[in-house]
Amino acid sequence: MQTHNAKRVAVIIEAVMQSRLTDAMENAGVSGYSVLPVLAGGGRSGNWSREGQIGRGQGMVQVICIIAPDKLDDLLNKAFAVVEKHIGVISVSDCQVLRAERF
Amino acid sequence: MEGMLALAADNLLSPIILFFALGVLAAFARSDLSIPEAIAKGMSIYLLFAIGFKGGAAVADNGIDATLILSLVAGLVLSFAIPMVAFALLRVMTGLSVVDAAAVAGHYGSISIVTFVAATSVVQGAGLDSEGYMVAVAAVMEAPAILSALWLIARFDKGTAQMDAGLMREILLNGSIVLLVGSFLIGVITGSEGLDLIAPFIVTPFQGVLCLFLLDMGLVAGRGLREARGVLKPGLFLFGVVMPVVGSVFGLLAGVLLGLSPGGIVLFMTLSASASYIAVPAAMRVALPEANPSIYLTLSLGVTFPFNLTLGIPLYLAVASFVTGG
Repeated sequence: MQTHNAKRVAVIIEAVMQSRLTDAMENAGVSGYSVLPVLAGGGRSGNWSREGQIGRGQGMVQVICIIAPDKLDDLLNKAFAVVEKHIGVISVSDCQVLRAERF
Repeated sequence: MEGMLALAADNLLSPIILFFALGVLAAFARSDLSIPEAIAKGMSIYLLFAIGFKGGAAVADNGIDATLILSLVAGLVLSFAIPMVAFALLRVMTGLSVVDAAAVAGHYGSISIVTFVAATSVVQGAGLDSEGYMVAVAAVMEAPAILSALWLIARFDKGTAQMDAGLMREILLNGSIVLLVGSFLIGVITGSEGLDLIAPFIVTPFQGVLCLFLLDMGLVAGRGLREARGVLKPGLFLFGVVMPVVGSVFGLLAGVLLGLSPGGIVLFMTLSASASYIAVPAAMRVALPEANPSIYLTLSLGVTFPFNLTLGIPLYLAVASFVTGG
């Protein structure tokens, strides 16, 4: 089956910044994304866990999208403007998709 | 003095405090005991719904008067003003940067609704009446302190805070404020008849749910303290204990000037003494990402919350009883 090159961008970010990040992604031409809860983690700011938490101040989420390679730079610039001062990680990997026109 | 000690001892041996202590001990002992996030959120929704509705029903029974309006204004003023006092104390007592001190100060001007709920329970246990509209005062005191913290940053750090219309909407319409105010208004509209209809759900199980919720709070506080031991310097710890007492004095003055009942004064003191760990941390993460969350969360949830729960509330009850001659 014919496949096409695409980029998979995964951003782990503080839950309170989720809507700001997805707004930036939409502005960069992302046609769809998924948001996953992050259960627990640790890093430069210490360890944390979702268990028992009642506020959004402490949680993290992962936002994943697939995008055409030519839109990647614009997306990264806009996403980084949101993530820059906050706890988070942006990673990019190559992937293959079947319906390139959707991305 | 004897009465106050007896009150403190009774409070320390109440189920809600003992369950909180169990949570802290379990966290320190690295037990795998945990409350799933969804259940913890469900319990917090239940408590906000129940306390808001009961407060509204009480207002419906007693009517709306000028003291209600003045109490709301006093709550608003205190929430704006207390961060200034906290900021000054932090700069004197600790070596915190302007950004961290302003972020912590914002937490102390806002309120902890769980501390308020626990105080309501203690006030009722002591056989005191309180004004039902104190729930509305609690809601009013949630957000203004955030603006004070951002003003402190603008004034003393040449403005590094990020404030936009989206954040303002999130602060004013955060879920706990909407539920608390909404339940309060429904309680006012439906009155005691409405309360009778749902009493088996919001009155009888209330203390049990509160115990379970405080077990969760103990677990979260204990884990936070364990993870942030290095952050908690002596000056900061002292601030976490002194600031609630300072705040409670402002609440006492407001309550006495407004002519509130002894129970109402205790609740005003508790609101002024408590520190937020739900609404303000979320706002600070957006507006002041440079501020260290370990500092404000550990102080608010790991020091001030347990202090208020164990010693603070009995102290405020004793002082309010003494001042009002009760």
